[in-house]
Amino acid sequence: MEARRSKRFLVTLLPLLLLGSVAVATEDEALVAGVFSPPRAAPEFSLRGSDGKELNLGRFRGKVVILEFGFTSCPDVCPTTLVALAEAHKKLGPEADQLQVVYVTVDPERDDVARLREYLAAFDPTFVGGTGTAEELAAVRRSYGVAANKTTTGDGYTFAHSSYTCLIDRTGSLRALMPYGHSSDDYVHDVRILLKQ
Amino acid sequence: MIELHPSRRAWILVVLASFGLGLTAWAALTPIRLDSREKIFEIPKGTWARRMAGQPVEILPDHIRLTLGLRDVLVLENRDDVPQIFGPTLMMPGQSFRLPFAQASTYAFACTAHASGQMTILVEPFPATPWARLRWRVRELFEPKRS
Repeated sequence: MEARRSKRFLVTLLPLLLLGSVAVATEDEALVAGVFSPPRAAPEFSLRGSDGKELNLGRFRGKVVILEFGFTSCPDVCPTTLVALAEAHKKLGPEADQLQVVYVTVDPERDDVARLREYLAAFDPTFVGGTGTAEELAAVRRSYGVAANKTTTGDGYTFAHSSYTCLIDRTGSLRALMPYGHSSDDYVHDVRILLKQ
Repeated sequence: MIELHPSRRAWILVVLASFGLGLTAWAALTPIRLDSREKIFEIPKGTWARRMAGQPVEILPDHIRLTLGLRDVLVLENRDDVPQIFGPTLMMPGQSFRLPFAQASTYAFACTAHASGQMTILVEPFPATPWARLRWRVRELFEPKRS
């Protein structure tokens, strides 16, 4: 009688414990980045890739994509973020091949395919850059809500551009934005969560 | 005009001063507890139509102040019928964006909702000292409530 009662108690308790642990796990697995609710499909684009192929998101379906907008002459924001992303890529270890970093230029005048390839290789040879005409690139930026304002300097020009990166999951949904300044550990944390889903 | 006896006036002053001191001590020493860490800003339905009709629409302040550990999650909600560039990003109708902050700093975002084209988010450290708690409470009292 006593054994049957404790068995019934366990049968009732176990699902509750399981539900509780799932709830805790979900709460623990919050992204560090800013999250969209509900997520929308990441806008598709077609650009010239630094790897010599057409650059579009469809190529990387099944991987987590981190999309950054910038320009190779950027003095601070782009190199800082690309260093963090390169570190994150290394830290992912065996999961690294499931992450693709895509860097779309806002400066088509200076950033051609060759320059993008050389620039990105200094951070991580797996990173892929994208360029196109000024109109094509502006359309991509508009679809992501990214700003890039060209300003003249003494000896040329520069850009003030949005500094966050876009996190796109394996299914091609735009899930989150990581503000500038986050560490490689934060990227690893969020990529691992997206890879599990 | 009512004339008060000097001793009674003194008593009233003592009571008021004690009350003020007590309130200040409470504000400085009592830990701050909030129901939510979110600061919510919403684009209401019809905003785009009002803007198109030439009406001034101010939803987001130029500067948003957040406090680590207390109110450190910015929530943007687009309740309008059209996509909007809201704060740092493009948001679809019915979509919300929840951005937690973990570092005290000043963050600048491009934002078409502002004439300056920029929105600044100031994330301040957790008010750990009595003086910081007092300042935080006083500022909360006088800050205009949005959302």
